[in-house]
Amino acid sequence: MKRVYVNEEWCLGCHLCEYNCAFANSGEIDMSKALKGKPVFPRVKIDGDEHINFAVSCRHCDDPICVKSCISGALSVNNGVIQIDHNKCVKCLTCILVCPYGAVSEGEHGIVQKCELCVENSCGEPACVKGCPNRAIVYEER
Amino acid sequence: MKQYVIIGNGIAAAGCIEGIRSVDADSQIIVVSEEKHPVYCRPLISYYLEGKTDLERMKYRSNDCYEKMNCDVIYGRKAVKLDKDEKSVVLDDGTSIPYNAVCVAAGSSPFVPPFAGIDTVKKKFSFMTIDDTLALESAINKKSKVLIIGAGLIGLNCAEGLKDRVADITVCDLADRVLSSILDNECAKLMQDRIEENGISFMLSDSVERFDGNTAYMKSGKTVSFDVLVLAVGVRANTALVKDAEGSVNRGIIVNTKMQTSIKNVYAAGDCTEGHDITFGQKRVIAILPNAYMQGKCAGINMAGGKAVFDNAIPMNSIGFFGLHAMTAGTYYGEAEGGEMYEEKSKGTLKRMFTRNGLLTGYIMIGKTERAGIYTSLIREQTKLDTINFDLLKQVPTFSAFSSEERKKKFGGAL
Repeated sequence: MKRVYVNEEWCLGCHLCEYNCAFANSGEIDMSKALKGKPVFPRVKIDGDEHINFAVSCRHCDDPICVKSCISGALSVNNGVIQIDHNKCVKCLTCILVCPYGAVSEGEHGIVQKCELCVENSCGEPACVKGCPNRAIVYEER
Repeated sequence: MKQYVIIGNGIAAAGCIEGIRSVDADSQIIVVSEEKHPVYCRPLISYYLEGKTDLERMKYRSNDCYEKMNCDVIYGRKAVKLDKDEKSVVLDDGTSIPYNAVCVAAGSSPFVPPFAGIDTVKKKFSFMTIDDTLALESAINKKSKVLIIGAGLIGLNCAEGLKDRVADITVCDLADRVLSSILDNECAKLMQDRIEENGISFMLSDSVERFDGNTAYMKSGKTVSFDVLVLAVGVRANTALVKDAEGSVNRGIIVNTKMQTSIKNVYAAGDCTEGHDITFGQKRVIAILPNAYMQGKCAGINMAGGKAVFDNAIPMNSIGFFGLHAMTAGTYYGEAEGGEMYEEKSKGTLKRMFTRNGLLTGYIMIGKTERAGIYTSLIREQTKLDTINFDLLKQVPTFSAFSSEERKKKFGGAL
């Protein structure tokens, strides 16, 4: 299956992926309206130090410990994509306790969020990859 | 065609069903469910009381999950005997169900100490199941005074769940602190303060000497008057089936890393078992939901002839009370046991990392818990700390602390 992969030597640390992610998942059609002057809660985050940067998001593991650990049955795998059902989630944060990649986080109002490869929003393919100016993240089969 | 029997219908059973079906699509699966409910999320009963979920959303799987998995569920019956010679499970109505392989996923039961005068208390409840919860819910009103015995996870979850639905809650515990199984003194105090600020009273290092109707007489000489009593002292693993069949049992049913018991073709999973805790170096009961699922799935795969091991169980918990969240994992070795502790504190947050022999063995994080899973994974994978920049990592959960090669594996490879 296609996943988001990182080429860390090409990452500029520009954080565009974070903004594109937050915009794609905002439900707004105007980027400045969606993001300007507001705290953003991206599902992909730039990690790194002064020498190297890289974008971290859900790896969509084949045998995901977050799904196996979810106490509310809110996390499931659908066609390889790990998705969260906000109607079932009780915000216990057990997924954050177990994700080895630190790729699940609390979003606005404490909502638990993670990358769903943009399958649930209008972007249709990962917005972070689409907007990356340097191909530091790619969406492909490996 | 084989026939698999699963005793129990909780999370371990769900894992077992899904494990079996990942290997064997056709054979018969029979689930014996003492509770008359399809599999539900047991830890959510306090969220139910709080109004954060409901009975429908508490279902662990979809309504057609048993059909989809081609399972038969026998509701309202209890397995009373495991006949290892006949290879059958005997139910309380005398029915005998033959098996090729069986998984005991019988869970645990509340432990109620023999308090003097307990029989004089009319409204008393355990807090383990949906039925317990609904019974408790029907017994309370806005004026109720509730006494909870036990300041562990079950007792405190119950207290938070009831908070806005009753007039008064008192929690007592023989231990000198709350959540004594997962928090040390200072961390427990932080949580206790938050819970007390929200109007719940504690009587710690104290226990009930006797009950007389709606009054509890404490060992300290104090008395507590209450309308509703919740008994959350502790739980005991349901080991009887395996024990009576002369299988190895300690505090829980003993299983190996394939979830086999000492009896041939008999597997066990979930809260009724004792598995190997890699941070503790010994077998212990690890009664947490993730463990139940992973053990169940492992058992199911092996029952159906596949190959699976589950060999990195650790205790771990993510819990919050009144907006203060805590995550804990592993074992906290003190200096006397050769352990070292790294600590960070600020107002409202506390982080303690426990290391020993070059490994992270446990942690407690309160108030600030982002990316805690990176630490959990170091414990579960027993990552040698000298292969990473742990001095950086213990402060900030960042992948900068790993080598570039390691990062390529993590973020560049198929997983």
